[in-house]
Amino acid sequence: MDLFFSLALQIIYGVANLALISLGLAIVFGMMRVINLAHGEFLMLGGYTVVVATNNGVNIWFAMLVLAPLVVGIIGLIVERCLIQWLYGRMIDTLLATWGLSLLFIGIITSIFGASTTTVISPPLGVVKIGEYTSSGYELFLILVVIALLILVYLTLRLTSLGLVARATMQNADMAACLGISTSRIYMLTFSLGAAVSGLAGGLLAPMTGVLPNIGVIYIAKAFITVISGGVAILAGTTSASILLGGVNGVISYVTGPTFGEVALLFTAIILLRLMPTGITGRFFRKSQ
Amino acid sequence: MSISRRSFLRSTAGVTLAAPALINSAFAASHGPIKFVSILDQSGGLDIYGAPMVDATRMAIDEMNEAGGLLGREIELKVYDPQSSIQFYTQFATQAAAGDKADVVHAGITSASREAIRPTLARYETLYFYNTLYEGGVCDMNNFCTGSTPAQTVEKLVPYTMKKWGKKVYIVAADYNYGHITAQWVQKYVRDNGGDPIEVEFFPLDVTNFGPTIKKIQSSGADMVMSALVGGAHVSFYRQYAAAGMNKSVPVASTTFGVGNEHKLISAEEGDGMICAYSYFEEIDSDANRDFVARFKARMGADAPALNELAARSYEAAYIWAEAVKAAGTADRMPVIEALRSGVAYDGPSGRVDIEPKTNHLNQNVYLAELKNQSFNIIESYVSQPPTDTLMVCDLVANPDQSVFKFENGLKAAGIDI
Repeated sequence: MDLFFSLALQIIYGVANLALISLGLAIVFGMMRVINLAHGEFLMLGGYTVVVATNNGVNIWFAMLVLAPLVVGIIGLIVERCLIQWLYGRMIDTLLATWGLSLLFIGIITSIFGASTTTVISPPLGVVKIGEYTSSGYELFLILVVIALLILVYLTLRLTSLGLVARATMQNADMAACLGISTSRIYMLTFSLGAAVSGLAGGLLAPMTGVLPNIGVIYIAKAFITVISGGVAILAGTTSASILLGGVNGVISYVTGPTFGEVALLFTAIILLRLMPTGITGRFFRKSQ
Repeated sequence: MSISRRSFLRSTAGVTLAAPALINSAFAASHGPIKFVSILDQSGGLDIYGAPMVDATRMAIDEMNEAGGLLGREIELKVYDPQSSIQFYTQFATQAAAGDKADVVHAGITSASREAIRPTLARYETLYFYNTLYEGGVCDMNNFCTGSTPAQTVEKLVPYTMKKWGKKVYIVAADYNYGHITAQWVQKYVRDNGGDPIEVEFFPLDVTNFGPTIKKIQSSGADMVMSALVGGAHVSFYRQYAAAGMNKSVPVASTTFGVGNEHKLISAEEGDGMICAYSYFEEIDSDANRDFVARFKARMGADAPALNELAARSYEAAYIWAEAVKAAGTADRMPVIEALRSGVAYDGPSGRVDIEPKTNHLNQNVYLAELKNQSFNIIESYVSQPPTDTLMVCDLVANPDQSVFKFENGLKAAGIDI
């Protein structure tokens, strides 16, 4: 029984992990139909922000929860103004440009910090005991953060006027523009919000995985698979795809080992997209966000 | 006599294949600089290993040139960065052999990269050094493997840690040929010492969430974990393992931890107590090593990476090759190979090293060390260990005309019980 609980917790953490790395990308893709191949590097920059800040004596909680989203959000804003805003509606060009951006970020970070960075930040919470099994307290904390983040995004979209305008722009940008909404400003805000969420995610994951200049490459494939499988609804899509793919990955990894766990995740995504080419929310929960 | 189409094709194919070799020897200049090519990943996932190896190689060549070069000739070092991509390895190896006409190529980090370029360099008859610790089993007249192999390190590590921690061993390893074959060696040595390898798990190089496995280790009743994990992403295993409080109850030994300077990447609390075995640690207590470390730090300044087996061995391998060139009186391939195989030795920072002629591997010192506060405390040392794993399957003295990787299909296929 203890094993069951401890394993269930582990699988929920796997799901939360997937949701965390995908949410920033889902916001940008869901709202703007922009495929941001530099998403992994936003995560990486969030991680580096935390490392640099804590090395300079900043409190780790402040660095993770405030500095990382702030810094990466500002970087996202600059990127949107300088690059992305010229490329709306040109999907292939956006792909190419953001891929170039991703290589640029990796190059810059490597030349500043070197290939392997001394990142002595440990998960700042102790161990939680479940019977004779132990789990990381920090993993529990991350699960709570992801839930809080999803609720926050939901409330923002649902209850604020910014959310209303953003949803209008997302449904029909031309009509929204006709009604006097500055869609370019909405896109700018959305993109930097997406970047800030990615930065937060990267910062929160840094103590668990460490940071490397090319750590983004590891995240990006999974983030994309989750977002595409989820479909266009930001919250329902990310959540349902994370639960499905993270659950499959966790269970199969436990039963057979991580290689088959990864294979099972990809296999599930392929089958899913064959049956539902527009993702889970293309078929179910169509009225959701 | 009639020439059939088939025999014509066969003979011309033979000439075409042999042609690069002819060109190579015909044009190999006996004056001008000696060409030393290094192909090591300085970007991409393997850069944590490659960058210090390149630094150490540069230092060796610079020192040799400052001392007047070799045989009165300057050594010209050319470094390629294959960016952790196998495809670039093949391309740069061909460029080094056919384009640069290299006298010697020092290259390769993963076993996969070595297997990609070894046949190319053999075909072009270009002397090849592989300086990474690996799973053993290369049997190739043209290829000198200077890194430590499982019989030198794992064979000491397994009994020591089992005696200290217990007999039930959980094995986690990287999912490519190094991890698979090393896991088989670990299983063999665990069984040889009366233990039980209760589970073996392999991880693709981009896995960063080790949670399910950590739960499995907890429920398995293992006494210790043996890790052959590789690369930057896998460092997260040690962090998550410590975050779950496991490093206190089920300790970890590793065949790879430290050669990417992982002990500097995780905190003292997360790493303390791990035990590893390599042929070199920065902390070796000898005048030669203190001098080597001081020169390296002075050269690299504040950014100097920690020194590990890969870096130190890249340095020593350049020197043992240089000793052979001096002994042979030429940088030509065959005389240098002969010299290497006839007892040329070098006293380096790791101690005395020389080539074992049946395998073209290295007889080398091996050290067992425990991690404490981000540095290794050496607890045991073993002098001049032969590569007995490769010796089981390879004899280049009896059969010199070989260029194979004996463990390609695992240890069982090579006739070794695991």
